[in-house]
Amino acid sequence: MAMPNRRAFLISYFSLMVPVLAGPAAAQGAGDRAAAFVKSTADRILGAMRGGGTVEDRRRVIGPIIDKAIDVDGIARFCLGRFWRTASPDQQKRYTELFHQVLIGNITSKLGEYQEVRLTVGRSQPRDDSDVVSTTIERSNNPPTTVEWVVSDAARDPKVIDVIAEGTSLRLTQRSDYAAYLTRNNNDVDALINAMRQQLAQPNG
Amino acid sequence: MDADLRSLPVPTAVLLARIWRLCLFAGLLAVVLAGCATPPPADDPDAVAEFKQTNDPLEPTNRVFYAINNGLDTVILRPAAQAYRFVLPAKVRTSIHNVLSNVGTPVQLSNDVLQGKPRRAGDTTMRFLINSSVGVLSLFDVATDWGYPNHDTDFGLTLANWGVPDGPFLFLPVLGPTGPRDAVGFGVDIAMDPFTWVGKGTAVTVLNWTRFGLNALDTRERFLDPIDQIKKTALDPYATFRSLYRQHRQGEIKELHDDNRATVPVWFSQPAPAPAQTQAR
Repeated sequence: MAMPNRRAFLISYFSLMVPVLAGPAAAQGAGDRAAAFVKSTADRILGAMRGGGTVEDRRRVIGPIIDKAIDVDGIARFCLGRFWRTASPDQQKRYTELFHQVLIGNITSKLGEYQEVRLTVGRSQPRDDSDVVSTTIERSNNPPTTVEWVVSDAARDPKVIDVIAEGTSLRLTQRSDYAAYLTRNNNDVDALINAMRQQLAQPNG
Repeated sequence: MDADLRSLPVPTAVLLARIWRLCLFAGLLAVVLAGCATPPPADDPDAVAEFKQTNDPLEPTNRVFYAINNGLDTVILRPAAQAYRFVLPAKVRTSIHNVLSNVGTPVQLSNDVLQGKPRRAGDTTMRFLINSSVGVLSLFDVATDWGYPNHDTDFGLTLANWGVPDGPFLFLPVLGPTGPRDAVGFGVDIAMDPFTWVGKGTAVTVLNWTRFGLNALDTRERFLDPIDQIKKTALDPYATFRSLYRQHRQGEIKELHDDNRATVPVWFSQPAPAPAQTQAR
């Protein structure tokens, strides 16, 4: 008499529990995936940095990782802002190609200064259409830095669309840099392209 | 001899007021020479929107000061900070930073209270008590390990928390990127600091200037790598610093605004924890 009762209780208990447990798990799925994606990408990039070699070597290894994990085309378009629409298709193409190289160069040279980096992935929360993964970066002799990774479409094809370091967004900062340069150079996208090319020609640029 | 001695211990406040007056004069001169930014033509709405969002009507003047500051930084402050890094081991520099931070407690605590943030004020007080004693005159930051982390604050943030907007962008000599609200905040912080007013005499003046100099070296040394990186990668460093300054301040304001930790002590019965589903998000 007691057994069926207990069984009935257990069954009803678990049937109640399942949706309760599955609810947040399903909602968290995209966030977890975004966090795992950031973790694996960061591990690969930091691993490549530790591999040593010259700046050129590192650039060759890190380039493909960045192209795959970061929505470089999207960020490039965002950074040109209102000038993207006025640029000719040819200018858009040349600009985007240069932007790839500039971004990879910046990341490689920036990471070059970071020896002994430790990255801890924290929580992830949805913001607008993306998931924001919060991480802490620790370097020797430096206070820990909070870096947020904005990941779009985490469920299907996750891509980093922005990096926010201590509250400053990489793509917003880059966009204001380009906008100011263009405003001071007669809104001429070719002038910007030339400046980017010169920047790349600098040693370790 | 006597006259020489009397002319030496000028109180810091008076000196700062003199510097300030000099800066204001230089500022007026620069405004007259460089003028204001020309707004874009009204038939380009995107450009007009961008101009308004940038909110830098004194851009030509600001750029003059940026160039002056940058020049002074390149020949004086940056090499000094590099020497500071080269001469002193990291542990010593950290201890100097800890002492400077501890000396800033009165200003920090005043702002925490004025912002109506009891937990921040508590952190500041506990940090002062722990670091001044266990931390051996604040040479070591023990408080952070004991659960009382440091936070940056100033009167500009207090004003922001009271709802004062940041206003147009300004790049001032010595002070660097700022705005009317934060520049006023800087002045109020100096006025609020007991060390501005306490005591007279050569020793106090020397100590105050040492603190000022060490603060400049400590801050500049911490920013050596990021600033070099920005100057290397930005096409328009001035615009990049402007954007970074604004974003950084907005981040600080948001963090301050969102810091509403409960003031219930740990040993007291805690308010009911939020349901599991909310926590999961």
